[in-house]
Amino acid sequence: MKRLSRLRRHRATGPILLIFALFTIGTTFQVASAVDAEQTTTIAARSAAIDEGREIFLKGCSSCHGLNAESGGIAPSLIGVGAASVDFQVGTGRMPMGDMSVQAMRKAPLYNPEEVYALAMYVASLAPGPEIPTEEMLNYERDGSTAEGGELFRTNCAMCHNFAGQGGALTQGKYAPTLMGVEPVHIYEALITGPQSMPVFSDKTITPEEKLSMIKWIKAAEAEPQLGGAALGRVGPVTEGLLVWTLGIGLLIGVAVWLAAKAR
Amino acid sequence: MTARERIAGNVAGYVDDRTGAAKWMKKNLTKVFPDHWSFLLGEICLYSFVILLLSGTFLTFWYDPSMREVVYEGSYEPLQGLEMSAAYASTLDISFEVRGGLLMRQIHHWAALIFMVGIVVHLMRVYFTGAFRKPRETNWVIGVGLLTLGIVEGFLGYSLPDDLLSGTGIRIAEAIIQALPVVGSYLAFFTFGGAFPGVAFIPRIYTVHILLLPGIFLALITVHLMLVWYQKHTQFPGPGRTEKNVVGYPLMPVYMAKAGGFFFIVFGVTAFLGAVASINPIWLYGPYTPGQVSAGSQPDWYMGWLDGLVRMAPPIETVTFGYTISWNILIPGLILPGIMFTALALYPFIESWATGDKREHHLLDRPRNAPTRTAIGAMALTFTLVCLLNGGNDIIATTFDLTINQMMWFSRIGVIVLPPLAYVITKRLCLSLQRADRDLVLHGRETGRLVRMPNGEFTEIHEPISAEKAWLLTSHEQLAPLELPDLDGGGVRRPGAIKNKIRNRISRSMATAVPKATQSERKELEGHH
Repeated sequence: MKRLSRLRRHRATGPILLIFALFTIGTTFQVASAVDAEQTTTIAARSAAIDEGREIFLKGCSSCHGLNAESGGIAPSLIGVGAASVDFQVGTGRMPMGDMSVQAMRKAPLYNPEEVYALAMYVASLAPGPEIPTEEMLNYERDGSTAEGGELFRTNCAMCHNFAGQGGALTQGKYAPTLMGVEPVHIYEALITGPQSMPVFSDKTITPEEKLSMIKWIKAAEAEPQLGGAALGRVGPVTEGLLVWTLGIGLLIGVAVWLAAKAR
Repeated sequence: MTARERIAGNVAGYVDDRTGAAKWMKKNLTKVFPDHWSFLLGEICLYSFVILLLSGTFLTFWYDPSMREVVYEGSYEPLQGLEMSAAYASTLDISFEVRGGLLMRQIHHWAALIFMVGIVVHLMRVYFTGAFRKPRETNWVIGVGLLTLGIVEGFLGYSLPDDLLSGTGIRIAEAIIQALPVVGSYLAFFTFGGAFPGVAFIPRIYTVHILLLPGIFLALITVHLMLVWYQKHTQFPGPGRTEKNVVGYPLMPVYMAKAGGFFFIVFGVTAFLGAVASINPIWLYGPYTPGQVSAGSQPDWYMGWLDGLVRMAPPIETVTFGYTISWNILIPGLILPGIMFTALALYPFIESWATGDKREHHLLDRPRNAPTRTAIGAMALTFTLVCLLNGGNDIIATTFDLTINQMMWFSRIGVIVLPPLAYVITKRLCLSLQRADRDLVLHGRETGRLVRMPNGEFTEIHEPISAEKAWLLTSHEQLAPLELPDLDGGGVRRPGAIKNKIRNRISRSMATAVPKATQSERKELEGHH
């Protein structure tokens, strides 16, 4: 202890400590500013995307949604809907709408992925909202469970989208679309943003892992071979009834006519 | 006599000495049946019933009628690890583990659909040709019984796997039972042995499905066929065919061969459907939980029209003494079907009352020659078809870009407006066809050959039809309407005057017809052409 207190009073202690402190601060700043540089480029790219998005928005969306996405009277305000919403609506071709009917239809997207991203960044810049899930968040093969996903699907989704995700009718011409061939990212975004008639399934009601399980089940249903022969649309007994009243009884009556005719 | 003939003779003699079968066989093996393709429709039902018995027996070997909870560990990956009833798990095992099990399940289900389609088309044939008339009223009633039981049996059958779709159906059945005033909730409680769904229901319906109802079916089908045998088959009118004879081929060998062959063809068509087309994919529906339901939950087609009726019912409920009566379920779920099946069963008696015709009929009517009956049939079919379409309203709406609301309003209005329209149109069509028949008999067939007369007139050459055809078009009898008196001999109104008036009126409608061409009319006109 005596040795330490003697050293503290040494003539060189002050300058040495000063040099040490400066070195530490300098190094820390060096490391910190290096991170910042990366962020700076991201921010720069982002603001470029936002600018590009704004351009696209003014040309393609503002006539309905308003010049500042504040709602143009016929379409809702987009302030606070988040990037996920834009990526879903525009990425699946639902927006821009083909016509002002009851529901936006899924169709070939009008904008390429970069333009969709730019639009999403622009809308996200207006107010915070649900973000586009990253690749890492969407690893359903690793993080999901098919059987659990099936249970969750039947409890939460089947009442509108049908037991096999084939879609179904809602009131007044609205409908729950088929889930076959939908990108996992779009399913995830639909769950967190609740497009059109769909409710929002927040992370509190359905956890992200559960969402991935649902996606895994949907993908399994999509890939399922036609067990037991032609699947007949997987819509239940209606098509089965149609088949038995056409092909089934048709064949049998045909044979009956043939049998009776041969006797003459 | 060859050695083979001697052996055959010895065997036959041995059997005949002990059973006296020769006389009976001689009489019955040579029994004659008339030939027409529509007479084979009932056979479709018989054969699909045999297929149902065979394939159903196979399924009972593996099916476990139990609500015991098990964890699925079979080979269908999307359900692995889920808790489910043993009933559902064993049906999955039949589909995926048992060799040929899925094919058998699908054959069983397709055979059930074909059975019901067969019953309906057979019923239509019997109805529209008037084959239900005396002495066959009893057999008609048995047939209606088989139709009704078939609907119940089918419903119970597809309820057994305890999958999400069938559980939804049972839930609706429970709701319909509960809709019965006063006794409903008790009855539902007794049926399910407690609260829905409970553990008693599946074992109970299993016993009914594989023991009770098939037993009743066997008994009724036997009586149905014995009556056909005893009363002899009806035949279409034709030269040489009368009310007193049957023109056709003997049972042995012609009908044995035809019927035997047709059985294999029905089996073949059923097996073909079972092999190439998926039916009731229970693994996709998932196990039943009361908390889940799928969009587009439909019953099989023979229940579909009842479902459609319930779907179109407006939400009417009344509260009496604190008890709710759900008319929206009671009327379409119980009252209307009750009325329809009763009317169907009683139709032969109603018609004979309306026409006053109490004679035996073994010659069939051509539908056009009984316009009112045909029109009533068309009306009933239209009603059922509108209901059936509404039963699939959601699937139809999404397929044809309609709205479910449009479908519902179409059905609500259509179910009232379209049947009477079908009645009027069908009756007009029948009368027009009668008129065409009359023209054909009196003026002959239009040849399409135009001739210019010396005076410049153009006429088409008509060729007289063959005597056979003319006979066919004129042989049917046309009923005279009833003329029951409303005054007695002394000019005083009789006690049943109003009833008689109504009966006369109905009878006049039943007897509406274009007068058929008579022999004298034909002779008279022969000079013209």
